[in-house]
Amino acid sequence: MPKFLTNINAISWYFLMPVLFIHFFVIAFPSILSLLLCLTDWNGFGKINYVGLENFEELFRDRIFKKAVYHNFIWTIMFLTIPVIVALIIAYLLTGIKRGQLFYRLVYFFPYILASIVNCLIWRYIFHPKHGLGGWFENQGIDFLSKSPFAMKETALYAVAWVDMWHFWGFLVIIYLTGMYQVDESLYEAADIEGATKFQKFRYITIPMIRPIFILSLIIIIIWSVPTFDYVYILTMGGPAYSSEVVANHLYSQAFQRMNVGYASTIGVMMFFYVGIIVGFFALLRRLGWEV
Amino acid sequence: MATARFRQRSSYINHSILFFMALTIILPLLVLIFNSVKPVEEFGVNPLGFPSEIRFMNYYDAWVNGNYTQIFLNSMTLVVGTLIINLTVSGLAAFSLAALNPRGIQTVVVGLYLLVGISIPAQLYILPLFLMWKSLYLLDTRLGLIIIYSALNAPFATFLIRSYMLQLPTELFEAAKLDGASTMQLFTRVALPLSWPVFLTTALIVSLNVWNEFLFAVTFIITDDYKPISSILFAFQSRFANDYGLVSAASILMAAPIAILFMFFQRRFIAGLTSGATKG
Repeated sequence: MPKFLTNINAISWYFLMPVLFIHFFVIAFPSILSLLLCLTDWNGFGKINYVGLENFEELFRDRIFKKAVYHNFIWTIMFLTIPVIVALIIAYLLTGIKRGQLFYRLVYFFPYILASIVNCLIWRYIFHPKHGLGGWFENQGIDFLSKSPFAMKETALYAVAWVDMWHFWGFLVIIYLTGMYQVDESLYEAADIEGATKFQKFRYITIPMIRPIFILSLIIIIIWSVPTFDYVYILTMGGPAYSSEVVANHLYSQAFQRMNVGYASTIGVMMFFYVGIIVGFFALLRRLGWEV
Repeated sequence: MATARFRQRSSYINHSILFFMALTIILPLLVLIFNSVKPVEEFGVNPLGFPSEIRFMNYYDAWVNGNYTQIFLNSMTLVVGTLIINLTVSGLAAFSLAALNPRGIQTVVVGLYLLVGISIPAQLYILPLFLMWKSLYLLDTRLGLIIIYSALNAPFATFLIRSYMLQLPTELFEAAKLDGASTMQLFTRVALPLSWPVFLTTALIVSLNVWNEFLFAVTFIITDDYKPISSILFAFQSRFANDYGLVSAASILMAAPIAILFMFFQRRFIAGLTSGATKG
């Protein structure tokens, strides 16, 4: 064999081939196809017509898409606040106790490893107007849930988010806890000597010291909340009357119920650009020396 | 004295907050467990409490009516198939990046490529992939789904295994090379036996991801006989909508293998899942 095929550089590429091949085949190539198909009006079979940016124009007129983007935005804001605050407090309280810490950690983390479908079935039952909490209150003679929160326009989105947050916040606890245990103990001792309160120590030592991992968790939440799909699809299918429709659901119904390949690709491309901008933004910040 | 008492009281408050939050997780899970052994007639009078009579028949019904033997086999096939392909390709790649040429251009190029791959939302490529799979006759087959899962989990697995292999002492590889080992032997005889802990962690997380995966399972498998647990459970919730005993038992059958593995390997699960997120 010629030398350039057997040197270490070439060999190290051979070892990389399988993973690059399978990844290209399943993810990169169809992604590129999507980037091309968004410029067409293809419906899955028949002729492919080039339509330029028509799909994008249509997308900006699409009222349901706008609604879905708005819901995604609310979703992100909810996840950036409620689970983050709860997890920060709980992680901080956990650092203060020794007995039972392992138990609490396991319990909080447990829902994170359960399948979305299982979590949804649990909460659909609990929020059921005739069973679950509704039935229990009814048996006490109290009219509590006359309708499932998943079936009401005003609450559907929040009810779905509740289930997803219930499943997610324990994960954040573990992430923050890891960060908090890396904080130098002597800082707290110094603060004790100065007579700092628990809250002051939390505010002026813990928060600044875990900043890198904290910001990372926020980036993860922003990125993960873009393609959110499972919980909405299982619990409400985006309904009632699109009140819990998110972008991924809109894409899914365009793609697999109406076979609007071009249009669905356009939505996918928008999601990709959005995530790309976020990732690029934080990469830029890091490059500029802003420690994240 | 005063501060000691204050500490005591604040620790009671801490414990009660922590305990309350634990209850918000434990109680819903208990409701599911109670329901799975509750007779149908009892759901109306006793929606949340412990059943007056324990009825394990729900599990039998779920297993038989749901054709669970087949479904379990389907899910197991997906897990095992994905583990074989994914760990092979990721292991080879990680070995290359960590031991063969760690400072080469490969690390940057492949690292960047896989990182971009992670941040692409699945919705961008799911439809073209669906059409590709259709024309390749991979649609509605377990093999097709195994290939997808192997690729989806590849970046995470490669990074995790690589970060472990980087810690292996390079002298070991040098010594084996002097003894005349080929590059492949360096991988199978030196790197693999030494890095089994990270392979175990990766295998656990990949199994968890495959077992729980919903979006691709519900999209790429149409025939009931090939469906894994996650998508069959989705079909159950409309098919047996009012039979909460059966649906709860089926959910527990899905969660049980994961819960058991979690009990044995909690640290690996937690470390694998959090490092997957924080490194990715």
